[in-house]
Amino acid sequence: MPYIANTDADRQQMLEAIGVKSFEDLIRAIPVELRVKGDLDLDPALSEIEITRLIHEKTCKNICTQAANSFLGAGVYDHFVPAAVDTIISRPEFFTAYTPYQAEVSQGTLQYIYEFQTMICELTGMEIANASMYDGASAIAEAILMAVRKNRLKKAILPESIHPEYVKVIRCYTEGIGIELITAPCAYGVIDPDALEGLMNETVGSVIIQTPNFWGNMEDVFALEPIVHSNGKTLLIAAVDPISLAVLNAPAEYKADIVVGEGQAMGNSMYFGGPLFGFFASKLDMARQMPGRIVGGTVDHEGKRAFALTLQAREQHIRRDKATSNICSNQALCALAATVWMSLMGREGIREIAIQSTIKAHYLADRIKALDGYSLAYPTAPFFKEFVVNTPIPAAKIIQRLLPRALYPGVDMARFGNDRQLMIAVTEKKNKKDMDALVETLVEVKNG
Amino acid sequence: MADMIFDLSVKGRRGVTLPKRDIEGEIHQILPEKFIRKEAAELPEVSELDVMRHYIRLSHRNHFIEKGLYPLGSCTMKYNPKINEALVRHSCFNNIHPYQAIETLQGTLEILYELQRDLSEISGMAQVSLQPVAGAQGEFAGLKIIAAYHKGKGYTNKKKIILPDSAHGTNPASCTLAGYEVIELPSRADGRVDVEKLKEVVTDEVAGFMLTNPNTLGLFESQIREISDLIHGVDGLVYLDGANLNALMGIVQPGKIGFDILHFNLHKTFSTPHGGGGPGCGPVGVVKKLVPFLPVPLVDQTDGEFFLDYSHQETSIGKVHTFYGNYAIMLRAYIYIKMLGPDGIRHITENAIINANYLMKLIAPYYHIEHQEYCMHEFVADGTLQKKGHGISTLDIAKRLLDKGFHAPTVYFPLIINEALMVEPTETESKQSIDSFATAMIEIAEETKKDPELLRNAPLTTPVKRVDDAHAVKILDIRYPINRQ
Repeated sequence: MPYIANTDADRQQMLEAIGVKSFEDLIRAIPVELRVKGDLDLDPALSEIEITRLIHEKTCKNICTQAANSFLGAGVYDHFVPAAVDTIISRPEFFTAYTPYQAEVSQGTLQYIYEFQTMICELTGMEIANASMYDGASAIAEAILMAVRKNRLKKAILPESIHPEYVKVIRCYTEGIGIELITAPCAYGVIDPDALEGLMNETVGSVIIQTPNFWGNMEDVFALEPIVHSNGKTLLIAAVDPISLAVLNAPAEYKADIVVGEGQAMGNSMYFGGPLFGFFASKLDMARQMPGRIVGGTVDHEGKRAFALTLQAREQHIRRDKATSNICSNQALCALAATVWMSLMGREGIREIAIQSTIKAHYLADRIKALDGYSLAYPTAPFFKEFVVNTPIPAAKIIQRLLPRALYPGVDMARFGNDRQLMIAVTEKKNKKDMDALVETLVEVKNG
Repeated sequence: MADMIFDLSVKGRRGVTLPKRDIEGEIHQILPEKFIRKEAAELPEVSELDVMRHYIRLSHRNHFIEKGLYPLGSCTMKYNPKINEALVRHSCFNNIHPYQAIETLQGTLEILYELQRDLSEISGMAQVSLQPVAGAQGEFAGLKIIAAYHKGKGYTNKKKIILPDSAHGTNPASCTLAGYEVIELPSRADGRVDVEKLKEVVTDEVAGFMLTNPNTLGLFESQIREISDLIHGVDGLVYLDGANLNALMGIVQPGKIGFDILHFNLHKTFSTPHGGGGPGCGPVGVVKKLVPFLPVPLVDQTDGEFFLDYSHQETSIGKVHTFYGNYAIMLRAYIYIKMLGPDGIRHITENAIINANYLMKLIAPYYHIEHQEYCMHEFVADGTLQKKGHGISTLDIAKRLLDKGFHAPTVYFPLIINEALMVEPTETESKQSIDSFATAMIEIAEETKKDPELLRNAPLTTPVKRVDDAHAVKILDIRYPINRQ
């Protein structure tokens, strides 16, 4: 049997040592009438040779982005992942280890988390970061819950410019515990500051600003921040693309209180949207309200520097129903990939990634908006690496027509309520030829 | 200490080469000046070799399954097959985007469809959502399903969830997150649910009962039928925390013995790696009447064409993940199940149970074991003899095990056992490796008598000596002070 070392003889010896005749004697506590009769209805076992063949058959039914010219984004991005990242995260020392509860034999994991926390603080300008959340969506939900713990105000404002899939997750997390979510309207692809001002009062616990927002546009954070902070109680939660922070303002510059976001773009492959990972940072005064694991520096009994999980009194294994969150397993290995990625990119590399993505995205947007029948959906809003285009025919038709050429022109916005829009993302991996090919085909499909 | 990645930084050093820009442009001409960051984020400037050496050096400071036995109770640290790792890295798995056209995803959707079906069969449930990304998120989704079920039936008074005092900490924490009050039920002297006491707390206000079975003492809850009848009597639902499913597969289908909902931990039972704390995967399975409440989407098919099914959107609890969950983890579990088949699945369970009982037998003469009966896949010993006789704590025993090349068991849990040592060897360990772990435990019992100081100072051979957790809280050093350039 696969992965079982014991032979029949071993098992017999062990049963004898235990003092029973058969395995059945060990499960006497399970009433016979509760047991499965016969075999489970599963496919017969495959050998390694056979499973490899089966998996090959399955992969042939997918067409991956590497075999295509893809402009898909909307929360999951095809940024460059150097080979060294996978080499590190493939080390069993990292990937088969458990949560670092025994610090003396987990210093490797603990230190990279400490480095990860440091890098997230550096990018966001915040004072404390945790060891990761499940994804950007649940990180926002947990940020709203942390704001409630801090100011006891159970109302949160979610602008229309937040990723609709995030909103679904946030609703699931906050419904049923008396948190009221209020939608703030947008105008021209960004939050309408007047409308936000109209919704603000002393009962609002937090306002979430995603920037670049779902449509890729940059919110005018410097205009919005004073509105959010006007009553001295409401907290500003910024949800950001970490790569954008290489060139865009650190959220500390616009006085965000909590900073979260989706981290996949840093060193993690797309994998059909999972695993992703959320990062979570804040000011230090909220350290004891944070969800998730936090690693801290300390010393061993000889005074040597060491690392350990810290502030554990917040967590479910200690505080149970009074814990700051139910999170236990997080996305540690994804955070390792991001840490290695940030190290490889470095101070200049991550800037170059961000700059190339921006410049290329703007080149493509300029070319598309010049095409007959196509226009930018939000021409006045500044954007980062992603933008929405109005299309002359339904986007679904364009996507279908380009499928045989393995060209994925962007996300069909029909799933979010507008069937004549495409959302187009550009990363540093795209070159001029890729983008010109998209422009040419957009002309062709429009002309039938 | 000069071994942070930041200390290796040298201005101008690069770890990657990016393609030359083939589009002209200047960021300051494209973006409004006010949005441009004034001070660069000081990420380290290091070479690829610097990075490799640094993280390989860190890796040497970890314990991991391939290094030695990892008997963490309720964590199921079984071997993670390498073929899973090799196959999931295929470009047609890792380079696919969640919003690709459905025609380009048929292989992926077929796998997910089959995995939903296989997990349904193993658990005896009607349907499984693969979306929750961790056990705790599976619990949360399950509790939301309970709430949606009762809301649909018009109840407004079902505010309470009962759970035994031996429950994992995530159970009460998930209840709070889902808006429930927790009733903690003291266990009976034999470690199981006290059905008589349960009768006293079951009222119309009870929405459900969360149970780990086998429980965290490694004992099967034989009265599950009586328990589920009681809960169902008030239209409550019975939830199984599937952390210990490695003791049931092929022997019991929880969906057929009274459980209405369960979550799986693919990173425990189905051999996917723990990753130093994640990513895991916590699918949630339900009986037929609860299928309409599962997260959206599920994967379905018509005539062999697979698609993402949102048809139950109106009744669903919604979503717990941005997309469809931890797909890369699901792939590993799929491969594992296909390689085991029905016989292999049952053999896993049998060997997990035999290994645990054998180990318990070997160390029973040296350590107190509160519940003296055959265990399932894990058992709870404790350090009370060592504590009373020699002032040696379970923590000391755990740290000394590290010196002997083993990871420690789960310690101080379940909370109802003093000085608990919760041991789960898993089926992938051989008789010989269990013998050597038992020998280490027995040596430690002897050392407790002969040289207790040795234990108090343990560990002595690890990368650092005993770590001061309290100091970490006191000084709160949670980020490295980077030198500004």
